[in-house]
Amino acid sequence: MADVVVEQGRLVRSTRPRKAAGLRNVLGRKSTVALFLTLPLILLIALLVLYPAFYSLYLATLNKAMTKFVGLGNFTFLFKRETFWMVVKQSCIFAITAVVFKALIGFIVAHFVHNIPGKKQRKWRGMLLVPWVIPPAMSTLAWLWLFDPSYSAFNYTLSFFGVGPIPWLGDTFWARFSVILVNVWYGAPFFLIMYLAALKSVPDQLYEAAAIDGANWWQKMWYVTLPMMRNIIAITTLFSLIVTFANFDIVRILTSGGPLDRTQLFATWAFQVGIQSSDIPLGACVSLFMVPILAVAAVFILRDVNKRGNEA
Amino acid sequence: MSRKTLTRRQFVAATAMSSTALMAAPYVRGAYAAGKLSIGFWDHWVPDANKASTALVNEWAAKEKVEVSIDYITSQGNKLLLTMAAEAQAKSGHDILSSQIGWQPHAYDDLLEPVNDVMEPVIKQNGEVNGTVKYLGQSGGKWLAVPGTAGSQIKGPCSRIDLMKKYANIDVQEMYPAGSPPKADNWTMDTFLKAAEACQKGGFPFGIGLGQTPDSIDTAGAIFQSFGAELINAKGDITVKTDAVRQALEYYKKLIAFLPPDAPSWDDASNNKWLISGRGALIMNPPSAWAVAKRDAPQVAEQCWTHGFPAGPKGRFAPFQPFFWSIWKFSKNKEAAKSLLSHLSLPSSIERFVQASGGYDLPAYANMTTLKTWAEEEPPKGTLYHYPNPYNHQTLSIAAAPAPPKIAEQIYNQATLTKMVLRYAQGEKMEDTLAWAESECEGFMRT
Repeated sequence: MADVVVEQGRLVRSTRPRKAAGLRNVLGRKSTVALFLTLPLILLIALLVLYPAFYSLYLATLNKAMTKFVGLGNFTFLFKRETFWMVVKQSCIFAITAVVFKALIGFIVAHFVHNIPGKKQRKWRGMLLVPWVIPPAMSTLAWLWLFDPSYSAFNYTLSFFGVGPIPWLGDTFWARFSVILVNVWYGAPFFLIMYLAALKSVPDQLYEAAAIDGANWWQKMWYVTLPMMRNIIAITTLFSLIVTFANFDIVRILTSGGPLDRTQLFATWAFQVGIQSSDIPLGACVSLFMVPILAVAAVFILRDVNKRGNEA
Repeated sequence: MSRKTLTRRQFVAATAMSSTALMAAPYVRGAYAAGKLSIGFWDHWVPDANKASTALVNEWAAKEKVEVSIDYITSQGNKLLLTMAAEAQAKSGHDILSSQIGWQPHAYDDLLEPVNDVMEPVIKQNGEVNGTVKYLGQSGGKWLAVPGTAGSQIKGPCSRIDLMKKYANIDVQEMYPAGSPPKADNWTMDTFLKAAEACQKGGFPFGIGLGQTPDSIDTAGAIFQSFGAELINAKGDITVKTDAVRQALEYYKKLIAFLPPDAPSWDDASNNKWLISGRGALIMNPPSAWAVAKRDAPQVAEQCWTHGFPAGPKGRFAPFQPFFWSIWKFSKNKEAAKSLLSHLSLPSSIERFVQASGGYDLPAYANMTTLKTWAEEEPPKGTLYHYPNPYNHQTLSIAAAPAPPKIAEQIYNQATLTKMVLRYAQGEKMEDTLAWAESECEGFMRT
């Protein structure tokens, strides 16, 4: 509003000073200042995100020797590969299962932590965040040792109950179970902290009003807590879905995609095809295939968030 | 003040004299007159083995007046592989780079400087290289890289003397005596299978992986080759549905029954742990497991004996994994790089590599397989004597050969062989396994 008033005031001046004043106005605008302030970050993103993204798009259109443009040839080749569809299926199973469990565990534990009185709550919050703050490459190595069928603590403990030894990483089912378990262990604290923040922002008056209306625990949860947390749940789920789909380190360290490629994800298979097997264009194609899947998920989840925003 | 003028004749004479003096004078080089050279070497497993390469490079650099910088790049997490891929994309990086797996020279053939001028004199001096080194390092008569001593290895059997004697009734020291030729005519795939069964029943199964990492793949490759089983032949034809492949799968199915149940998830560290922990009677590995056992489990180390691979119907093949040193075409100091690689390939340099690595490193040359390190290493004395294949009684090979290297690389890195044996061993029909492998191979033919 202020910008417009100032500009109107300068309309009467001669052309030359008007030009200079116009530039000054442009530079003085809040939006221009904001643009300049964010410019370093925009350039950084362009350099580290946009350039690699477009470069991988370019790579995906080359032949194996990277000497010829083949258009969408690599994609059509992939669509005919059995292993590719297995990887698509597995990535979906891995990401969806892991995100559902992370959200569920995060939600439940967030409620527990929320109900712990002040000082103790800080300690619990700190402790529960530990899995999330340890670099996953390190913590996954510890898990690798725990899953070792011959020398691990898991099988040793199970042996007292007459169970096992379980080939945690050698059997298709258990290998999938193990990689999902580690991902849930690593990612649940993120949900916990986000949900805890959301819970703290729910006004107590709403619960008091619900209590006066005679609402039970479940009704308070369904009609007060969940609606108030919906946006946070949606955004957290989307964010986690993106990160989980693109997971690399956990699978790479635990199983390298085995046994029989049954734990292979987009990122690990892209690495195997692109780097290990020296077929970078095909590897780029595999990793790019995450984009449409995540884009569809993002559209659905964010559309819902916008709708609710408008209602508010 | 008189002023002396310079005549044209005097000027020409003076110029000619000073030019002659300049050309005749001895060339005094500055500290780094021959420029700079950056090297990316493989970071050796064996402690202190890097010191030998550093010393060799520094000696050469001091003599040639070249400023060198060395980066030791680990192969853990495929860091070396990633470095090579990144430098190939950027067309910038080290002048010389080690390759972690033998497939790299062919994968980057267009970007590598031919090194025939290095290899020809080196071969004359050190003897012929084995077929696998030629297969991986040469293309159309052109040497793409120089076989590196550091890191090159045979992944043959490393057996427990006591357990093999006790459970399989095999005296591995008698079969492969230190200092004399092997007496291994009876060391066949059948004997191997019986020994695997006996040791498994005795509670010490053979530690052979069925995972998707090189150790598992290399063993599978040698077993397939000993049955004459090729997924793709040298001409590039798919040969999956053959009797030889069927025989290899049948054999593996029997063998898997005697291997540890978690073998499908084994990586390259698993077999080492298996031997060092004393749980297994045999693994397929270079002497790194034995070297670690010397430190951590000496009672295990003194029972270890590295020897040859069992023979199959089509011959005796041992998994060989050569490392290479390559020079990028975009290197700014190719001549210095070639000079250094020639220096590193001298017999005296090779001997120092072998010594520093405790016998782990293996030169690719025929005249260099009887160095004293392998004869002297202990315990027990002579444990590594047969490691470098001194009597050429086995063919050194790499899994997926003889398929054209760029296709074989896919078969190797996608672990098609171990996946096939697992599929079949886990109950899939033979023809379904073969059809799956054939479809995979069709995909690998992509250019």
